[in-house]
Amino acid sequence: MRTKEQPLIFELSRKGRKGDSLPELDVPDVSVEELLEDSYIRKEEAKLPEVSELQLVRHYTALSNRNFGVDSGFYPLGSCTMKYNPKVNEVVARMPGLSHIHPYQPEEQVQGALELMHELQESLAEMTGMKEVTLQSAAGAQGEWTGLMMIRAFHEANGDVERTKVIVPDSAHGTNPASASVAGFDSVTVRTDERGLVDLDHLREVVGKDTAALMLTNPNTLGLFEEDIVQMAEIIHSAGGKLYYDGANSNAILDKARPGDMGFDVVHLNLHKTFTGPHGGGGPGSGPVGVKEDLVPFLPKPLLIKKEEQYTWDYDRPQSIGRVKPFYGNFGINVRAYSYIRTMGLEGLKQVSEDAVLNANYLMKRLEPYYDVPYSQYCKHEFVVSAKRQKDQGVRALDIAKRLLDYGYHPPTMYFPLNVEECMMIEPTETESKETLDEFADALIAISKEVEENPDYVLEAPHHTVVSRLDETTAARKPILKHEQ
Amino acid sequence: MSNHRYLPMTEEDRKEMLQVVGANDVADLFADIPTKVRPATSMNIKPALKERDLLKHFTELSNRNVSTKDFPSFLGAGVYDHHIPATVDAVISRSEFYTAYTPYQPEISQGELQAIFEFQTMIAEITGMDLANSSMYDGHTALAEAVVMVAGHLKMKKQRVLVSDTVHPEARDVIDTYVLGPRLNVASVNEAKGKTDVNDLKEKLDDDVCAVVVQYPNFYGGIEDLKAIREACDESGAMMIVKSNPLALGVLTPPGEFGADVVVGDTQPFGIPSQYGGPHCGYFATKKALMRKVPGRLVGQTVDEDGTRGFVLTLQAREQHIRRDKATSNICSNQALNALGSSVAMTALGKSGLKELAVHNLKKAHYAKQQVENAGFTIVNEGPHFNEFVVDVGSNVVEVNKKLIDKGFIGGLDLGRFDQASDNHMLVCVTEMRTKEEIDRFVKALEESK
Repeated sequence: MRTKEQPLIFELSRKGRKGDSLPELDVPDVSVEELLEDSYIRKEEAKLPEVSELQLVRHYTALSNRNFGVDSGFYPLGSCTMKYNPKVNEVVARMPGLSHIHPYQPEEQVQGALELMHELQESLAEMTGMKEVTLQSAAGAQGEWTGLMMIRAFHEANGDVERTKVIVPDSAHGTNPASASVAGFDSVTVRTDERGLVDLDHLREVVGKDTAALMLTNPNTLGLFEEDIVQMAEIIHSAGGKLYYDGANSNAILDKARPGDMGFDVVHLNLHKTFTGPHGGGGPGSGPVGVKEDLVPFLPKPLLIKKEEQYTWDYDRPQSIGRVKPFYGNFGINVRAYSYIRTMGLEGLKQVSEDAVLNANYLMKRLEPYYDVPYSQYCKHEFVVSAKRQKDQGVRALDIAKRLLDYGYHPPTMYFPLNVEECMMIEPTETESKETLDEFADALIAISKEVEENPDYVLEAPHHTVVSRLDETTAARKPILKHEQ
Repeated sequence: MSNHRYLPMTEEDRKEMLQVVGANDVADLFADIPTKVRPATSMNIKPALKERDLLKHFTELSNRNVSTKDFPSFLGAGVYDHHIPATVDAVISRSEFYTAYTPYQPEISQGELQAIFEFQTMIAEITGMDLANSSMYDGHTALAEAVVMVAGHLKMKKQRVLVSDTVHPEARDVIDTYVLGPRLNVASVNEAKGKTDVNDLKEKLDDDVCAVVVQYPNFYGGIEDLKAIREACDESGAMMIVKSNPLALGVLTPPGEFGADVVVGDTQPFGIPSQYGGPHCGYFATKKALMRKVPGRLVGQTVDEDGTRGFVLTLQAREQHIRRDKATSNICSNQALNALGSSVAMTALGKSGLKELAVHNLKKAHYAKQQVENAGFTIVNEGPHFNEFVVDVGSNVVEVNKKLIDKGFIGGLDLGRFDQASDNHMLVCVTEMRTKEEIDRFVKALEESK
């Protein structure tokens, strides 16, 4: 049953309706014409909607009812770590001394905020095995770019200007090769072998004097731990390259294996993933970057340091890559991450990784009889299944995803990684109960039976969402990106 | 092992599940991690706090900061103290929005997609541009991405960028870092009396310049002569990139009308708290000709199988998850929730409210400037301004601000922070939040703090 479409806020607008509450002007009035030259006075008002406050609230409530979050239901979106977003984090982030402080207030007025950031930096350095951490980067992709820029600066400082290539596995997140390009590198792909791990022989072939770095996520996007990591680090380091750790998948390894101990030189973490910053419908995130000692001089400016029991911003960093973001990063998200770390403590964080991994393995085992599992060894926090078997019967992974919507679930990450046919990448996270996993497995099993018995019903899914499948082709061919009023 | 409230698994569950996966112990699941890389000792992380104690700890940290809710603030410089309507928090606290991620599955994400489509429309309206994207990290990185986009659009045939000295110094720094990748050269255009020196711009412009970057209103609050700058750009074939405070565009002629090619900025003035500088919300608006080069997510309108209107992420061939190393940008996560908050704030303002709010900000800042001038201070730059103006306070601003906080005011920005020669110059910001009484008391306090 479809519900009727929700009008655009502009379609609810009526001339003369007001939603604002601006106080009376309390300074002597002067006309705008006296203050501004005529050519700089806007003649035609921007067509913002004119609605009352209740209309505004009903509109956005209606929109929220057409949306699905972790609080709505199970959201096993692989590599995105859609875990519970603690409510207390939202409370602390809104405390006036944390949400209403200006970035240019003198340091002595914001020592509490600086202490919080410093504590978070130290916790993250400890968890990753890095020497220093910067909280500047806005999100994972910006963290990747920041890290690569530091690696570039490091090589250049050593007169090593021929290192133009970054090696990226074929299973890597799309941001890895994109960040390499943005940082001015060419990316080289290294293959995955039949184990689902980086092909060491191929890695030896592609590595060379031109290698600036290898970017790796470990566990990788197939959910497998790159167990040859020590050899890989050896191969890259002996060629003079650096190892970059994409921390999108760090939920699996808290207190189990630190990137620094694995041989990584640079790490970014996605605080909106492992550390519960809410995903916000696409952001804001936060992507702190940690580095080993030899890369510390290249960290972005400014760096927060502790000096004689006072926290202060250090701008005097001659080898720094410079500024990557205004002010000091996404502080509000960093507050939530720190709140989470303090809520969990060491024991809790350890349990997080153990339960995340157990949940993923359990779900994989339950699905194995019904879906192809290309890599059946123990996985870490996520795993992939392939709908190859179902495709033979005319139903694709996409159709299964759409049918899952009818069962009340957010589908897994689809068609990624690219090296697995009809791929569904499933990450249950540790905050889901066994009952939820069982119900989800039952739904996917039921769908696999529907594929055999009534494939058309799956092909026509979803049946119970507010809209049916949308015409994406026309959307891209004849783009309508704004409402014409 | 004791259970944490965020972790639902019981010991019994764990046992059953281990049995299903065929493991004796959870350690078996980690057996593929080489012994060599396992930590010798456990991480040094502080013990867990219960909710009561966590709140106490954070209250204590929060109380050690001077909040702009405690004292009237005269700081701006890209982060402004505006009233945030109660509706903003009511909407962004709806967990269907804040606990969702990127709307990859449009059938269950119509709410977010429609909200973004509405945001794109509002930004295009305010800036006077053809289209806008779903958001960027912040105004500064949006500006840097605009520079890189324009250079790419011109196929890297022009590799110089001219950035006015009246652009926010931190934005200039961010541009300097972003252009290292594509190896563009940045040169600055001089400032004259608080505005871009158009003669200097003309002298520096040549065929090799891909973009001219200005800010409107600029870092010092001044209103740039976009008409003259556009004409200068046209003579050499450079594109004009304008960074704008979107609230100011409620009263100022939008950059789109002056022929800007890209308009970027931050929607922080619309419903986003200062939060020590982030997260805020970058916006990115441009012309149709550049549509397929835009970084980040775009939402488009379409129909479903039954002809019902719906919304999808579109033109994704630009993006990293499809194009990988050929993507127009690496941006993935953006500032969606803050874009939503800004949409609510813009909706609450409405057509006339946006204009009235902008006018109040304009008038109050001019009133404050007049009072400061009447008190005998030198106003450093002449001419109209929005929100901000520069005052020579006659002594070191850092010291003046120390005295001001004792009198209950968060003083303006010390410009010596960016240029030592300006350490007597204070960038004073006045928004609608400052009452006449606060402004008058501030001027008096300023006199006493010389």
